[in-house]
Amino acid sequence: MSKEAPERVVDDPNVAMQDSPEFDQLRSKFRRFVFPLTALFLAWYFLYVLLSVFAKDFMGTRVIGNVTWGLILGLLQFVSTFTITMVYARWADRVFDPEAEALARKMGGEQ
Amino acid sequence: MSALATAPSLVTAGPSIAPAATTVGNPAINIGIFALFVVVTLAIVIRASRNNRSAAEYYAGGRAFTGRQNGIAIAGDYLSAASFLGIAGAIAINGYDGFLYSIGFLVAWLVALLLVAELLRNVGKYTMADVLSFRLRQRPVRIAAAISTLVVSFFYLLAQMAGAGGLVALLLGIEGAVGQRLVIVVVGILMIFYVIFGGMKGTTWVQIIKAVLLIIGAAIMTVWVLGKFGLNLSTLLGDATTASQDAGGKDLLQPGLQYKNPVDFISLSMALVLGTAGLPHVLMRFYTVPTSREARRSVVWAIWLIGIFYLFTLVLGFGAADLVGAKEIKNAPGGVNSAAPLLAFELGGEILLGIISAVAFATILAVVAGLTITASASLSHDIYNTVVKKGAATPEEEVKVARIAALVLGAIAIVGGIFALGQNIAFLVALAFAVAASANLPTILYSLFWKRFNTRGALWSIYGGLVSAITLIVFSPVVSGKAIDKVTGKSPSMLQGVDFHWFPLDNPGIISIPLGFLLGYIGTVTSREYNAAKYAEMEVRSLTGHGAETATHH
Repeated sequence: MSKEAPERVVDDPNVAMQDSPEFDQLRSKFRRFVFPLTALFLAWYFLYVLLSVFAKDFMGTRVIGNVTWGLILGLLQFVSTFTITMVYARWADRVFDPEAEALARKMGGEQ
Repeated sequence: MSALATAPSLVTAGPSIAPAATTVGNPAINIGIFALFVVVTLAIVIRASRNNRSAAEYYAGGRAFTGRQNGIAIAGDYLSAASFLGIAGAIAINGYDGFLYSIGFLVAWLVALLLVAELLRNVGKYTMADVLSFRLRQRPVRIAAAISTLVVSFFYLLAQMAGAGGLVALLLGIEGAVGQRLVIVVVGILMIFYVIFGGMKGTTWVQIIKAVLLIIGAAIMTVWVLGKFGLNLSTLLGDATTASQDAGGKDLLQPGLQYKNPVDFISLSMALVLGTAGLPHVLMRFYTVPTSREARRSVVWAIWLIGIFYLFTLVLGFGAADLVGAKEIKNAPGGVNSAAPLLAFELGGEILLGIISAVAFATILAVVAGLTITASASLSHDIYNTVVKKGAATPEEEVKVARIAALVLGAIAIVGGIFALGQNIAFLVALAFAVAASANLPTILYSLFWKRFNTRGALWSIYGGLVSAITLIVFSPVVSGKAIDKVTGKSPSMLQGVDFHWFPLDNPGIISIPLGFLLGYIGTVTSREYNAAKYAEMEVRSLTGHGAETATHH
């Protein structure tokens, strides 16, 4: 309840923060990291899906024993998912969080 | 309690209704292990319920769970009966195509990790609608978000309840009989109890326990299966394929056994990968941790656990194809969904079957509880408090309404589950994902990342995505008009004997997801509404965590 809908003055600190160069930098840093990564994993996932439906012969070809290209690429989807998870978490913990927290402290008060 | 009370009658009713040959394992053992789980979790729920007065306690477990605890609970929530029973079954029957399901379900978590979890945790309070309506007009957006929450949760619930019925069909050898319905009723009542008394804290603990049991159970079976094939995946794949072909089936390693139509599969893939981050019961879990950093940690844990689990199901599915055989699985009372339990029986006899079945029941119970608390929170917090009471309801009133809502929703789920018996559960879940991806995800992303986004955009996107997804499902082959399966003698469609389908695909995603995004865009650019102050508050809060809800202290 406490923070649900407080009255806002026109020139409130949030707008000032949003317009500040530091915040602008934080936002673009976040987006520059997260958006390309999202595009990358989605492209790689849909490439895999498209191969599975349009290149069935290739995906069904046995490579190592009975392990097919389809299974190998599928397992690589697992590998890439785990990798992106670790890379992002590391970046967010080390690079993003300290900067975000610094700005939050600057906003102060309200905790 | 009711599980114990009804157990003896089920045991005696089983053999008399169906011939003993269809019963697998010892029903007394199955029920005994399940009853043990119920007793333990009920004790935990009752302990957890002591502190459930405030809304933050009831809806968000006081935001006091750690990232690791929440990550395990998310895995418990996500690894539903559809994942365990449905995917293992799909792999056993359709090989490679079944495996494709699990990849979509896993990769989808990256959308949640990178784009949604942390920002949503910072902005919201209890429900998905908190985020969507933050900088828009409260009433209309909350109503829309609540409706979509209810629809997605309901599809998901149906899938779980159908799974419960199918499972008991297998274990007790009762086909289409009173017993199956009785089990759905028992599951429903237990779930209502967990939710009403345990709130989010109790539900979370049930999910944590269940996730641990499920992952350990699947791990044991995986090692066991691999052991039978000399720890050689290639041998397992080869033997499973040979077994399938000997029985007149196809090469399980070839793509295209389940999805004949390429467009249909692309459509499904879109729904799977974009749906997770729009599932309200998944989103709500992010509010149970104190900070966005812990929300991130939750997703990291969840991705590892879910990924490893899906690797297990790959082995289990092919193991079932070889050791049990497609024909026996299809003809079992639970159909495709019974592959994993049948494999457990093949490996470890009655005891392992009992354990795995109890775990599967527990899975259903935990997921259903999570869905119910989400739907009831949305009814109470979004509809009752904001729309009916104009935000003036006290937290006590809200929690009371949420409990009543849980009771009503539980009753609806029981009735719906009885009707959904026999449906393929992985499939019902795929539909829930399609609606989530079409109606929820566009609005969530726009609202978090697009400055210009406004109320009209949100409404068009939610209602447009929702209505198009559901309309296409109703007129798809899922509901009517599929050719009759030679093995089971029934049409795989929901309705038998009628055909009113005109949409060619099983999954509406390829149309309804782009439509949801497009309508959100058109709605936004045709309206001039823009609330600069609220947008500033939301963006600053989402990225820095300033002003975000904090954990309650007790």
